[in-house]
Amino acid sequence: MPSEPILRCEKLSKRFGGVHALENVDLVLHRGEVLALAGDNGAGKSTLIKIISGVHPPDDGALFYKGEKLRLRNPRHAREIGIETIYQDLALADNLDVGANVFLGREPTKSFLGLQRLDRARMRAVAHEVLDTLDIDIARHKFVQPVRNLSGGQRQAVAIGRAIYWKAELLIMDEPTAALGVPEQRKVKELILRLKAQNVAVLFISHNLVDIFDVADRILVLRRGIKAGERRPSETDHNEVVRLMIGG
Amino acid sequence: MAAAARVADDEGGQHPALAFLIRAWPWLFLIGLCVFFESWSRASYGVTFLGNTFNLQSIALFAAFPLLLGLGQTFVIIAGGIDLSVGFVMGLAAVVMARVMQYTTPVDPALALALGILAAIAIAMVPGWINGTLISRLRVPPFIGTLGMFGVARGAGFLIAGGTTVPVNNPWLFAMGNERLFGVPIPVAITLLVVVAMHWTLAQSKFGQYTYAIGGNRIAAVRSGINVRRHTLLLYMISAGCAGIAGMIYTARFSAGAAQAGEPILLDSIAAVVIGGASLFGGSGTILGTLIGALIIAVIQFGLVFINVEPFWQFVAVGIVIIVSVLIDQSKGRLTGERKDAE
Repeated sequence: MPSEPILRCEKLSKRFGGVHALENVDLVLHRGEVLALAGDNGAGKSTLIKIISGVHPPDDGALFYKGEKLRLRNPRHAREIGIETIYQDLALADNLDVGANVFLGREPTKSFLGLQRLDRARMRAVAHEVLDTLDIDIARHKFVQPVRNLSGGQRQAVAIGRAIYWKAELLIMDEPTAALGVPEQRKVKELILRLKAQNVAVLFISHNLVDIFDVADRILVLRRGIKAGERRPSETDHNEVVRLMIGG
Repeated sequence: MAAAARVADDEGGQHPALAFLIRAWPWLFLIGLCVFFESWSRASYGVTFLGNTFNLQSIALFAAFPLLLGLGQTFVIIAGGIDLSVGFVMGLAAVVMARVMQYTTPVDPALALALGILAAIAIAMVPGWINGTLISRLRVPPFIGTLGMFGVARGAGFLIAGGTTVPVNNPWLFAMGNERLFGVPIPVAITLLVVVAMHWTLAQSKFGQYTYAIGGNRIAAVRSGINVRRHTLLLYMISAGCAGIAGMIYTARFSAGAAQAGEPILLDSIAAVVIGGASLFGGSGTILGTLIGALIIAVIQFGLVFINVEPFWQFVAVGIVIIVSVLIDQSKGRLTGERKDAE
C-alpha cells in the first residue's frame, strides 16, 4: 500500500424515504489514483459522489480526508478543502466566457474608485494559462465568447481546468465522456491521465466499460446501493464487471 | 460534434459585418427613427424635431418611467425571471408617498419630502421582499408570484388612495418633479443616476456576474457556491426599489399620487428590456440595451404625437418593434453561427 489514502469512506449509508440508496459502502482512494465507479442506473453511484462532494450528508458511516474525519457542510466546504466535482452537463454557465466560468463564484476583483470591480483581464489570462498546462487547444477568439460556442470536449476541459486552477486534490467526475464524439472522448481520457500524473486523485462515474478499462486503476462496482465488488482492470474483464453490475 | 463546431467557427468568421449589424441594430434603429421624424416634421411642418430642447426633454421624460421600471426588470429577466408587479408597486409607492406628505407637509415641507421619499422606497421593498421570498424560497414561478403581487399592490394602492388620486401641495416636491439642473429635468437626472449605478452593478460587479450566471445555468451557479436564493431575493427587491423610485418621481411630477400611475408602463418596461436585447429565457441583456429600448419607445410615442398621427398608432408601432426585436434575437444563431441552447 502506498502512503495514507486521500479519501477513505467507511460504511456509508443513505436513505431517501424508504429507499436505501446506499448501504455500508467502503471506499479508499489514493493520490494519483483513478477509481472508476460502475453500476447500473439506480445503483447509488450518484448518491455516493454527492456525499463525497458535500451535497448530501450520509445517514451513517464516516468520511476520512487525508486521515482526518470529515464532516462536509456543503459543496462549497468540499471545494475549499480540495474536493472538486464536475457534473456531466451542468458545470458551466453557457452564456459566460471561459475566464468567467473558471472563476465562477470566486471572481477576482480590483478596487476602482473604492468599488470592487471584476478583474476580467486576469480571469482571461489565468484561463489561458490553465488550459495551456492541460495542453488544451482553444482558439484565441473563443475565449471572449460564451462557452456555448465551444465543443463538448472543450467545455469538459474548461470544467477540468477550473478544478485544477482551484487546486483540486480529489476530482470527482460524473460521466466525463458521455455526449462526446470519439476524438473528444480520447482527449478527456488523456486529461484524466495527465491529472493522475500530477498526483490528483480522480473518482469518476462511467457507463462506458472501454473508458473505464482505459484509464482506471481500480473499478468499484455498485449494485442497488451495496458494493458488489472491486477489481483491478488487469485482474478482470468486461464480462465480469457487467456480471457484478447486474448481479447473478 | 467537433466538425460542427469547426463549421460554426468558419461561419462566425465570415460574417463579422452581419454580427455587428445584429448587435448594433437597436442603436441603428434609434438613429433611423430620429432621422425619419426629423425629415417628416421638416417636410410637413417646416420645424425641427430633435433640434428643439423642449422635444428632447419631453422624450427624456417619456422614457424615464419605462426606463426606471426596465432597469430592475433587466436584472430580473437576465436571471431568468419576470416581475409583473412593478407597475402597481410604482403606483403604491406614489400613493403612499403622497399620503405621508399630505400629513407631514403642514409641519415642515422639506422634512415632508424627505419622509415621503423614504416612505416610497420603503413601501416598495415590501412587495419586493414578498416576491423574492415567494420565488426564491417557496419556488413559486415568477410569472405567477408577481402576477399575484400585481393584484395585491393594485388593490392596496387604491385602498390607501381611497379610490382617487392623492394631491399634495408642497413646493419642494413640485421642484423635484419640475425644476431643471443645468437644463436637465430633475426626474431625468435622477433616472440617469440610477442608470449609471445599475449599469456598473450589472457589468462590473460580482453581483452582476452572478445575475448572468443564474440566468445562464442556475444549477451551475448553485454548485459554484453562489447563494442563489439570497441573490434572487435581492433581484426582486432591486426591481421593486426601481419601481419605488419611479413612483416617487411620478408623485413629484404631478404633485399627486395615483394607484394606476404605473399601469400602462409595465409592458413598456418589459418591451424596453426585450428591444434592448435581453432574452426572456434569461442569461443575456444589458442596461445600455434597456436604455436604448426605452428611448426607442419614447421616440416612437412622442414622435408620432409630434407629427400628428393618431395616438393609437403608438401601440401598433411599439408592438411591431417588440416582435421584430425578438425575431432578430431568434435569428442570431442562424446568421452568425452562434449556438443557442433553446434549439
